[in-house]
Amino acid sequence: MTQKHSAYAGKMQFFLFSSILWTGFLLPLNTWAQNDSTKKATQLKEVQIREYRLTEQSKSPTPLQILSGEDLKRINSLSVADAIRYFSGVQLKDYGGIGGLKTVNVRSLGTNHTAVFLDGIQIGNAQNGQVDLGKFSLSNLEEIALYSGQKPELLIPAKGYASASSIYLKTKEPDFEGNQRQQVELGLKSGSFGLINPSLIYRHKINENLIASINTEYIHADGKYKFRYTNGVFDTTAVRNNGDVERFRLQAALFGKFRNGKWHAQAYSFLSDRGLPGAIVANRFDFTQRIWDRDFFIQGSVEKNLSDKFSIIVNGKCAYVYQRYLDPDYVTTTGFLDNRFKEQEAYLSVSGKYKISSVWEVAYASDYTFQTLDANIYRFPYPSRNTFLNVLSSSLTLEQLTIQANVLSTTVIDHVKLYSSAGNKQVFSPTVMLSWKFLKDRDIRVRAFYKDIFRMPTFNDLYYTFIGNTLLKPEYTKQYDVGITYFKNFKNQQLKFIDIQSDVYFNRVKDKIVAQPGANLYRWIMYNIGLVDIHGLEINAKTAFEPFTNLLVNVGLNYTYQKAVDVTSKQEENYQDQIPYIPENSGSFLARMDCQNWHANYGFIYTGFRYNQKANNIYNYMEPWYTHDAAIGYEFKLKKGSININCEVNNLLNQYYDLIPNFPMPGRNYRLTLNYKL
Amino acid sequence: MRPLKSKIYILVLLLAICACRKDPQPLPSEISKVEPEPTSAIKGFYLVNEGNMNMNKASLDYMDLVNGIYTRNLYNEVNPDVTKGLGDVGNDIGCYGSKLYVVVNVSNKVEVLNVKTGKKIGQINITNCRYITFNNGKAYVSAYLGKVGDPKAPNGIVAEIDTAALSINRNVEVGRQPEEMAIIGSKLYVANSGGYSPPNYEHTVSVIDLPSLKEIKRIEVAINLHRIKADRYGDLYVTSRGDYYTIPSKLFVIDTQTDQIKKVFNIAAGNLVIDDDYAYIYSTEWNYIAGKNNISYNMINIKDETIMDRKFITDGTEKNIKIPYGIAVNPTSKDVYVTDAKDYVTPGKLHCYSPEGRLKWSVTTGDIPAHIAFIN
Repeated sequence: MTQKHSAYAGKMQFFLFSSILWTGFLLPLNTWAQNDSTKKATQLKEVQIREYRLTEQSKSPTPLQILSGEDLKRINSLSVADAIRYFSGVQLKDYGGIGGLKTVNVRSLGTNHTAVFLDGIQIGNAQNGQVDLGKFSLSNLEEIALYSGQKPELLIPAKGYASASSIYLKTKEPDFEGNQRQQVELGLKSGSFGLINPSLIYRHKINENLIASINTEYIHADGKYKFRYTNGVFDTTAVRNNGDVERFRLQAALFGKFRNGKWHAQAYSFLSDRGLPGAIVANRFDFTQRIWDRDFFIQGSVEKNLSDKFSIIVNGKCAYVYQRYLDPDYVTTTGFLDNRFKEQEAYLSVSGKYKISSVWEVAYASDYTFQTLDANIYRFPYPSRNTFLNVLSSSLTLEQLTIQANVLSTTVIDHVKLYSSAGNKQVFSPTVMLSWKFLKDRDIRVRAFYKDIFRMPTFNDLYYTFIGNTLLKPEYTKQYDVGITYFKNFKNQQLKFIDIQSDVYFNRVKDKIVAQPGANLYRWIMYNIGLVDIHGLEINAKTAFEPFTNLLVNVGLNYTYQKAVDVTSKQEENYQDQIPYIPENSGSFLARMDCQNWHANYGFIYTGFRYNQKANNIYNYMEPWYTHDAAIGYEFKLKKGSININCEVNNLLNQYYDLIPNFPMPGRNYRLTLNYKL
Repeated sequence: MRPLKSKIYILVLLLAICACRKDPQPLPSEISKVEPEPTSAIKGFYLVNEGNMNMNKASLDYMDLVNGIYTRNLYNEVNPDVTKGLGDVGNDIGCYGSKLYVVVNVSNKVEVLNVKTGKKIGQINITNCRYITFNNGKAYVSAYLGKVGDPKAPNGIVAEIDTAALSINRNVEVGRQPEEMAIIGSKLYVANSGGYSPPNYEHTVSVIDLPSLKEIKRIEVAINLHRIKADRYGDLYVTSRGDYYTIPSKLFVIDTQTDQIKKVFNIAAGNLVIDDDYAYIYSTEWNYIAGKNNISYNMINIKDETIMDRKFITDGTEKNIKIPYGIAVNPTSKDVYVTDAKDYVTPGKLHCYSPEGRLKWSVTTGDIPAHIAFIN
């Protein structure tokens, strides 16, 4: 009787917040769970009792989505870009195939507003401000976390405060059991596109305070896949060519512990050689352009509690990035067009946090970054940039209320060897966020945040020959978000937990940097000319249940609604038209099933109609697309170690679609993964 | 029963969101109506919209002057069976005999259509083709790339096409990145730009003897040449785009009797059209150092080679044109047509001005309206 009563009370809490009616559909799950509890209690089985604790997502004052552990291992994805598709509020720009450029746009703010961090340190790109997420493999990654706004922690580098959204990639931290001193993981992936992908992870516990790890991976693929274009009358199927890719990655890391602290250092090198399959237009299906990448960096981080009130973290990084682009269709007086870019970066950050009292903490962080770009282009100014970030932040953590606020100061000083520089810029950016658990005994929280931040014009925006404009100002964003989170776990029942998050938000992008016509079609200029208003709604729901003994099902469902419109000028005909590539409706569904040694998963992604240019007319209209991905696998336990086999089918119903017009995505494709763990 | 209920809820929600894809259909054309001219001697004209690169949105519009009907994007409706339609970047258009020729630059082809119906008759494949002109049953197409895949072959070509057989007879190598062409007598003049290798621009006009199709000489003019138009007095009007920084754009007049420059106008001519004794010009001078565009409209008296005070837009409506991109003059009514490419990524506009310079009508076109061909 008491159980039924509490279920009823739970329902009432929901209806009090009727603006989030969407969550109502999960109520039946709630009541059903209560009825079956008596049956469960009588079955005494030796099962691994997993406790589902209050999630980070539920407590967070800023919207947070996480893919980790098992989800990440079996998500039918080869790279971080593929995995990100399952998050809400995210639009992936993918040029197709394994080697195709993949960048992410969070909440329609624009790709340059999302910072990507690897183990707490930002992956920089001063040249065009976009990180190609297709370069980062999921092997050896423990977690991918997406924060809208910022990560609500005080002891992070100043860079953590400096973007409208952040993606945190976390490398797996070695975890040895008992007397184990070594761990080996051998992996092999193969399948469509002529994919061969061996990988190796080796971890060695040198002593109680020091662990070393090496992770290496090689990818070779011919990148061929069928694609189809039809208008109902013509119907053509062809094979994507020049999409071959060869990649090699080597990461070496050291993890250390000392009294009251820990440190971590890693060296990373990435080599890539790939063809660039161009836009499939009438009469043009073959391409010859190529791109080479050589990325190297070393980074490290030291964390120490200097006393029980004062903690400090120091981060540093040195990076060298080289890219070469060859175009045999473009013949100059010195041969084929052969552009070579060299970017170098040095970074140092110090953050300190002080506990004034048990509820009040204050922190200060200071980052310095130096970046330079060399290119063998006509009239290139050879720019370099010094960025000083200083942030003062504070948080108040009461029993039911958490508030955090900070002010970030950004100082940017540009220099050029030739021609004119963009000069210096100084901006102050405030942020406020809160999370309020308004009922003592229920995990229902209301959260809100306001963030005012910007992105600097990139080196390409400012200095690229014929296109750059040194008079560019930063592009500003303001985000207003209000949301509600709900978490409940159930003991000794088939339903394990429910975790729901729902947010409504309004974003505004001001002085949007847009390419405008210059002298003729092939000459564009970057201008601060846009104003975009974005209204959005996101719902994320996660649950796990055990319908039969030994069969555990994890389900995640999310939905995004976005109205992102161009409000630059009432005189323009596209005033209030949806901006390019943003669908009004999108969503995804992910289900993971574990039954003893078997595991299976199913993923569904839906992206609604959108327009590929500013004018919302029939010529720019793109149909909705949706894909089904499924996988099944088995784990063999050996005397020493275990072998895991996983078979995937992606885009099961073979739907042909483009994300960027004329860059077709693959139809149905397969992948087989073999993993040996010692 | 209960677990099933929740699964049904999930499914219903998914289906509700899933607006299914519609069956693909050929893109339809759209119509705008303007004031008809029942007595017009010229029946109408075709307009080609370039479309932004890689978007495959080159499109063909038709203005029926007699009935005042502007049909936008008719190619897909008339030729739904052509794979991927007209193509990417429509760079030029020409009408010769009963055929209409559309040069589609990034699609590496020249489309040949029936001028009355717009139905495709054939296509000629030419890599990186740019402009087209006609003479004596032949079509001449300039192309940026002569030899594909050879790093030591930066020169472009002019290809000679038999308009009956629709095939390439022969071609001749000219300067680097050749642009427009003009024919006077039995000679073809090609403007070489050399735009792929700044600051090493080309600076000559190639002279081709048509019967032998050989380059017989080069006329020294200025860097980065683009437009070339012949007047009825044996002169050529050639534009130079400068280097966009310190060397400004200029307009040159060449006497083909002497093959020498006989006059220089300090006008940054973006495009010009010559009709009878007048040249109608618009200038879009971009300057990187100043950081903006300067737009002006002028007329030149071809007979005495002077800039006239008279303007072809007199009612102040030229302020509404963001980026002029195409210009044409109706040979019988003397109406002037100017297109506005706006920001290159939204549909442009076509404006019609009376011979007195007043705006008659405007219609929305496709992306980057650029080139016009009149039909009789």
